[in-house]
Amino acid sequence: MTDPALIPPQPHGQLTEARPEVSPPAHPRARRRFADRDALLAWVFLLPSVGYIVALVAIPFFLAIAFSFSDVTAGDPSFDWAGLRNYQDVFDDPVFWRSLRNTVVFTVVSMLLIVVLGKVLANVLIADFRGKWLVRFLVLLPWTTPVALSTIAWLWLLDSVFSPIDWVLRELGLIDANMYWLGKPDLAIGSVIVVHVWRLVPLAAVIMMAGLVAIPKDVQEAASVDGAGFWRRMFEITIPLTLPVIAVAALFGAILTFTDMAVVYVLTRGGPTNSTQVLASWAFFRGIEGGDVGQGAAIALFLFPLLLAAAIAILRAVRRMDVS
Amino acid sequence: MTGEIELLRRRARRRHLASRITVYLLAILAALGAAGPFLWAGITAFKENRDLYRRSNNPFLFNLTPTTEHVDYLFSGTEFPTFVWNTLWVGLLVTAITLGLGLPAAYSLARLDRPWSGPMAIAIFFVYLVPPTLLFLSLSRMVVAFGLQDRTWSLVLVYPTITIPVSVWLLMGFLRAIPKDIEEQAMVDGYSRLGAFVRIVVPLVFPGVVAVVVFAFTLTASEFIYALAFVSPSAEKPISTGVPTALVRGDVFFWQSLQAATVLVAVPIALVFNAFLNRFIAGFTHGAVKG
Repeated sequence: MTDPALIPPQPHGQLTEARPEVSPPAHPRARRRFADRDALLAWVFLLPSVGYIVALVAIPFFLAIAFSFSDVTAGDPSFDWAGLRNYQDVFDDPVFWRSLRNTVVFTVVSMLLIVVLGKVLANVLIADFRGKWLVRFLVLLPWTTPVALSTIAWLWLLDSVFSPIDWVLRELGLIDANMYWLGKPDLAIGSVIVVHVWRLVPLAAVIMMAGLVAIPKDVQEAASVDGAGFWRRMFEITIPLTLPVIAVAALFGAILTFTDMAVVYVLTRGGPTNSTQVLASWAFFRGIEGGDVGQGAAIALFLFPLLLAAAIAILRAVRRMDVS
Repeated sequence: MTGEIELLRRRARRRHLASRITVYLLAILAALGAAGPFLWAGITAFKENRDLYRRSNNPFLFNLTPTTEHVDYLFSGTEFPTFVWNTLWVGLLVTAITLGLGLPAAYSLARLDRPWSGPMAIAIFFVYLVPPTLLFLSLSRMVVAFGLQDRTWSLVLVYPTITIPVSVWLLMGFLRAIPKDIEEQAMVDGYSRLGAFVRIVVPLVFPGVVAVVVFAFTLTASEFIYALAFVSPSAEKPISTGVPTALVRGDVFFWQSLQAATVLVAVPIALVFNAFLNRFIAGFTHGAVKG
């Protein structure tokens, strides 16, 4: 078995570099066979990760599809085929439609605000100024803090009685009575959007910073010498050149908004009367707190088409980034 | 002629000054907008009840002498230390699993140049985009089947699915930044491919390993929905679900203690994260641009 003649010759096209055929006598041949064969090693190195992901991402995903056609509940976990009944029930429920609409509204509005504010913030953060380190640290806080915790700070900023925002507005004489930010449907929706935007703008800014840094300086300088002002350079050079990066930032913002339920869960629990419910939180209330796993799975699966669209869009943007 | 130049120069100077002022104004505004809630939470944490619960008091100032009793209560009277401990050991284990599986995978994808490397790298990246909110219901049934429900170990099992894809992507960027000659030289010197990886590449990619440790730990500490769905006894909860659910007794909010917890968790994570920010940017763009 250790006869070197038995080792199949490595196909040459697969090797990137022609390695000099040095066989150090210190290594037993059998060990060399394994440790030096790139093709085998590549799989051995990769398989544990792939296996982990298949076991705990791919299988649960198909399981979720199966559950959505079943009558599995927390109390009765036996799997019985239920056909489209879960989907029927979900469609008959006005809260589902409300959640779907809210998910789309939250995502679209947040994404627009995140892109605009993230772009401004990225430009500020790459400028040179004193105290930049401190500013960067403070600006990144909303993103690095676990979302459930930062939402707690907001929960009280928006308190019905002691809200500091109301206090400021009262002192300025703009309002007489409190606003009840989380108690009125429109204000609650606005509040959820504000917290999402606040949390994700730093991430968008960081992604866009990476794009801005990559623009060659001479392009900017040449345009500047030619007499292009700040806004012209912004709209005719910077934005077109960084468009793929902006798209990536926007899509990350969108994915993190429409798949998230922590903000809604901590801030409003979907209230008042389900007016801020989103697909993710509704699936949670149905599937975990209500124990109806089948219906919860059916609701959560409606995230998938949205997700797939976003993923394809990201792939395209990254491809374009490759080219430029 | 000289007058004209002087005029131009003065105009340029004025424009320069205006742009400086704008940058500083925007920077201050951004810092206040982003960190405002935390600054205010920090003040609140030290307020007395009589100061806090009076509508007419200025909420941004100490109207009565500051007190540390609520911070003390957080550590002595609540399960906050348990949450911190749970988060720490779960985070450390998850990080170890992530590195153990992710580093060889990243090496395989970045260096061993199989024909499937490119598509596989993109496929792994896309796993990162699969959100917990899509999987938590079926995973919670799986966790029950494994007998791990209501135990922190369920999080150790599941969190690597979030951290491995990002870490592989990050590490690929770092690995590409190491010149190939170094490994080739090592192999000429008699190391096998495996030997070159263990002895030469792993030490060189150490900065990337540190970045992954920070990143994986941060992701683990922030995760919310798995922790909420899998673990309900408060002694087993991590910070992210423990603080918002278990520190609220009925309708009573321990506001000052809650705010103290927020700031105490936020500041250290952000400090460490900031130290590595440039690395993350570099890692992600390397991985993306050359993928």
